[in-house]
Amino acid sequence: MTTIPFTCDPQDDPWVLPYRGTVGMWCLIMAESAMFLIFVVAYIFYLGKSLSGPTPKQVLEPPIFITICLLSSSITVHLSAVALRKRSQAGFLGWLAGTILLGVIFLLGTAHEWRDLIFRQGLTIRTNLFGTTFYSLVGLHATHVLVGLLMLSIVLVFGVFGKVGEDHFHHYHTLSLYWHFVDAVWVVVFTVVYIVGR
Amino acid sequence: MADSIPLSGAIDLTPRHKQPRLYLEVMHDWIVTTDHKKIGLMYIAAALLFMLVGGVEVLLMRVQLARPESTFLSPEKYNQLLTLHGTTMIFFVAMPVMFGFANYLVPLMIGARDMAFPRLNAFSFWIFFFGALLLYYSLIGGEGLYGGSGVPDVGWFAYAPLTERPFSMGRGSDYWALGIFISGIGSIGTALNIVVTTISMRCKGMRLNRMPLLVWLMFVTSIMVLGALPPLSAAQIMLLIDRYLGAHFFDAQAGGSAVLWAHFFWIFGHPEVYILVLPAFGFANEIIPVFSRKAIFGYPAMVAATVGIGFISFTVWAHHMFTVGMGAAANTAFVLSTMIIAVPTGIKIFNWLATMWGGKIRFTVAMMFCTAFIFQFTLAGLTGIMLAVAPFDWQLHNSYFVVAHFHYVIVGGILFCLFAAFYYWFPKMTGRRMNRTLGRWHFWLFVLGFHMTFDCMHIPGLLGMPREIYTYEPGHHWGVWNMIVTIGAFIQAIAVIIFVVNLVRSHFKGKPAGNDPWDAWTLEWATTSPPPTYNFADEPMVRSRRPLWDLKHPEDPDWKYESHAENEMAAQ
Repeated sequence: MTTIPFTCDPQDDPWVLPYRGTVGMWCLIMAESAMFLIFVVAYIFYLGKSLSGPTPKQVLEPPIFITICLLSSSITVHLSAVALRKRSQAGFLGWLAGTILLGVIFLLGTAHEWRDLIFRQGLTIRTNLFGTTFYSLVGLHATHVLVGLLMLSIVLVFGVFGKVGEDHFHHYHTLSLYWHFVDAVWVVVFTVVYIVGR
Repeated sequence: MADSIPLSGAIDLTPRHKQPRLYLEVMHDWIVTTDHKKIGLMYIAAALLFMLVGGVEVLLMRVQLARPESTFLSPEKYNQLLTLHGTTMIFFVAMPVMFGFANYLVPLMIGARDMAFPRLNAFSFWIFFFGALLLYYSLIGGEGLYGGSGVPDVGWFAYAPLTERPFSMGRGSDYWALGIFISGIGSIGTALNIVVTTISMRCKGMRLNRMPLLVWLMFVTSIMVLGALPPLSAAQIMLLIDRYLGAHFFDAQAGGSAVLWAHFFWIFGHPEVYILVLPAFGFANEIIPVFSRKAIFGYPAMVAATVGIGFISFTVWAHHMFTVGMGAAANTAFVLSTMIIAVPTGIKIFNWLATMWGGKIRFTVAMMFCTAFIFQFTLAGLTGIMLAVAPFDWQLHNSYFVVAHFHYVIVGGILFCLFAAFYYWFPKMTGRRMNRTLGRWHFWLFVLGFHMTFDCMHIPGLLGMPREIYTYEPGHHWGVWNMIVTIGAFIQAIAVIIFVVNLVRSHFKGKPAGNDPWDAWTLEWATTSPPPTYNFADEPMVRSRRPLWDLKHPEDPDWKYESHAENEMAAQ
């Protein structure tokens, strides 16, 4: 290939730009935050506006245990990323499996709570405005947990077969950002639904 | 003339051989492509297609409204056309065409070989396209189990509770919500891609303060898309939950609030106006300096004004809702924020005028469209200021004055810049120039039609004609104005047909354009027309805002002046 040579002088300073995966994930987090914000606003706006029962105070119990599980999973996913950078395969897989386990416990806890609400308390999405906003907001968050778990599980499968190495640290770090975001959203949802809303 | 100057290492001089290929192979190439230029062109082509569809819809409406008590269209059909026209023009014309130009130009202008995520880019285009097809599938799809309209007929804003099951029994509202939601995924994907490309893919030396203004505006626009479109998607999810699971978000009988929908919609809807207009400003920012033969006046002020508009645009939405009774405090706040957003917009207008001032202006067709844009957009802004005053808005809300105002913005401002962009970048995209005579016919006919339609549309509004009515009684003095508006609409349609003919004809028979037909200064003109798949043979390096100026004028490069200015700023 023949080309015409440059006429520009080279720059002195090294030219380093941010990793695109991280920037992309921050963009996604911004878009997702805007979406969650609307659901949170709807929840707060409709607090106490239901025309019939049950009310949050009657049926909701703060799910302390699964909240601790989900928030701890932020720590474990961070530890697994650190282990990946230090080339500790066992540490990486162990902490990753722990993260998935904690996420599954969270989802099972939510499922248990919902079963109780639907079959014992008689609260469904069409019962009243509380049901409408509660299931939508918590359900939207649970969907995000589920998506995160699927992605983490894919990484785990590849990791078990030894296909995930130090080279993938940036990719895995991007995924862990998403997981941290899902946890951060839960802090907001928990505060709004189980503390302010009761 | 400009072609004789060697342009960095951008161009691969190895002779290329074109081999004849089957049509099937060519089509396969386009369908599976991840090349940002091809995706950009597909975005633009899809948008043009939908522009013709949306244009036919509005012509039918204008025929209906030309005379009082016309029976050309039934009220049901009129509502459907109204909804399809608004939805199509905003979501399937204006946004994709902006994304198309952004896709094509941003990587070229920052010296990159592709977008940051090429496959996400292809996904975004196709999901947008299928979302748009889903909306139009409603025309041939069934009506649903309960009768009612199968085609959306709730207006482009789909005010609740009209979209709830009892008032919208057919599938129309579902198609509206799903079609836009799905194409919205594509918009978010592309916006994300543009942001990441701008941050992470710039060539050496392309600092943020050296980026072409178009890239800056696309960057800010894309960030706004990331903030504004998800609220609409969220509201549409709520609407679908209401319709399919029997929830009560917008169900007034269960305590739900119709005003909440209006808030959610306009939290998206008003930034959306700026999402559409900022790329148009970006086109003007590139075209006006080149044809005034001067660097843009006040580059930092332009960037600051853009970012300012980006922020303020998220605080003005409820000026669409002065008549719902928000109370004096809220009304005042939104009056003030709406007035404030006129300030950065005014800064831009003055900077364009200052760029042209004393310049050696070349009135190419692109420049003619940009000049008309400056005047018309200023006028559109002035009626905007009028409507921003709450008491004035109480008088004229939901009248044809409002319709005239926002069409003045969208057609007189955005569409004019868009036409300018076509005339300016067509040579780069195809390697051929557009025909100048046809271009002038297009321009003058469109100006004539535009002013007949949208100047005259203000008056029935002032005389009390409400918007979204399928017909009206004689005796209000509305008839003659509506007739002029309709005639103007058809003149615009003729102008658009001339434009399309020019596009197609120039593509096959236009004069070869060369690499740099306008003697321009940004990087896209450094490569061939059309650019090869990899854009630049070697990664370019830039030292100023006008890299090609530096190459063409080594005795007086911009970087000397710019680094001097930077040092002075640092010293202060």
